[in-house]
Amino acid sequence: MVSSTLIQRMETEIILNEEFEITGGDFINGGAASCRVKNILKEIGLAPEIIRRVAIASYEAEMNVVMYAKKGIMKLILTSDKIIIKVDDEGPGIPDIELAMQPGYSTATPEIREMGFGAGMGLPNIKKNADIFNINSTVDKGTNLEIIINLNTKND
Amino acid sequence: MNLSNIKEILNAKILTNYVSLEIDVKNVIASDLMSDVLNSKNPADLLLTGLSNTQAIRTCEIAGIKAILFVKGKTPDEETIKLAESCNIPLLSCSLSMFEACGILYSYGLIYPDSKNGNGNNP
Repeated sequence: MVSSTLIQRMETEIILNEEFEITGGDFINGGAASCRVKNILKEIGLAPEIIRRVAIASYEAEMNVVMYAKKGIMKLILTSDKIIIKVDDEGPGIPDIELAMQPGYSTATPEIREMGFGAGMGLPNIKKNADIFNINSTVDKGTNLEIIINLNTKND
Repeated sequence: MNLSNIKEILNAKILTNYVSLEIDVKNVIASDLMSDVLNSKNPADLLLTGLSNTQAIRTCEIAGIKAILFVKGKTPDEETIKLAESCNIPLLSCSLSMFEACGILYSYGLIYPDSKNGNGNNP
């Protein structure tokens, strides 16, 4: 029993824990944090399909902060069996998460649409690339996302 | 097909310096919506778009797309070109419309990355 507990603990051991700041409204640098996440995972030598899913999910999440929130923090946590991306922002929050999860639903401004975003595909796209996706939001406070991608299973 | 061949076929000009055009292009995504680009299951080799800002470059960097061709003569600003150069993503621009550029590349056998059956126009 002791040894299995030990193994379990080793499996969930955090290998890497990085934090990135995201500034709301900064379209020029929007995406820079996700590009760094991608490069870090590439250097570690993870499978390209896994890296692509993490990069796409984190980029969509990062751009949501840039587009809608005041600021946010993105965390990249790597354990021996999964990658966790956490994004916590200070912003308007999402009044109806179920509605926001519907493909095509968007509250984007014309400025956001000019940047090639705001098509209402962001949250569905994050969910599609994640093995586990948790979202919590409080109106006038902010939104918290947790994206988990397992290292050993395929998402289809 | 090589990216330099595509440059010749579409009479495109190169916008980036010091970035190689020796890129093999088999599949293409054409869209102005970056979430649509990010939504494909498999990465494309080339993006055709009318969106000429930094987010087009970041999207390619994230999605593993190797090159961008802007349609309708769109030209990004200096900052965007520099970002592309630092990411090693060549930028090209042609005066054709999105429809025309897509049609020509399709006729040369290029396909959408998630396409299962090719397009019957194998080069």
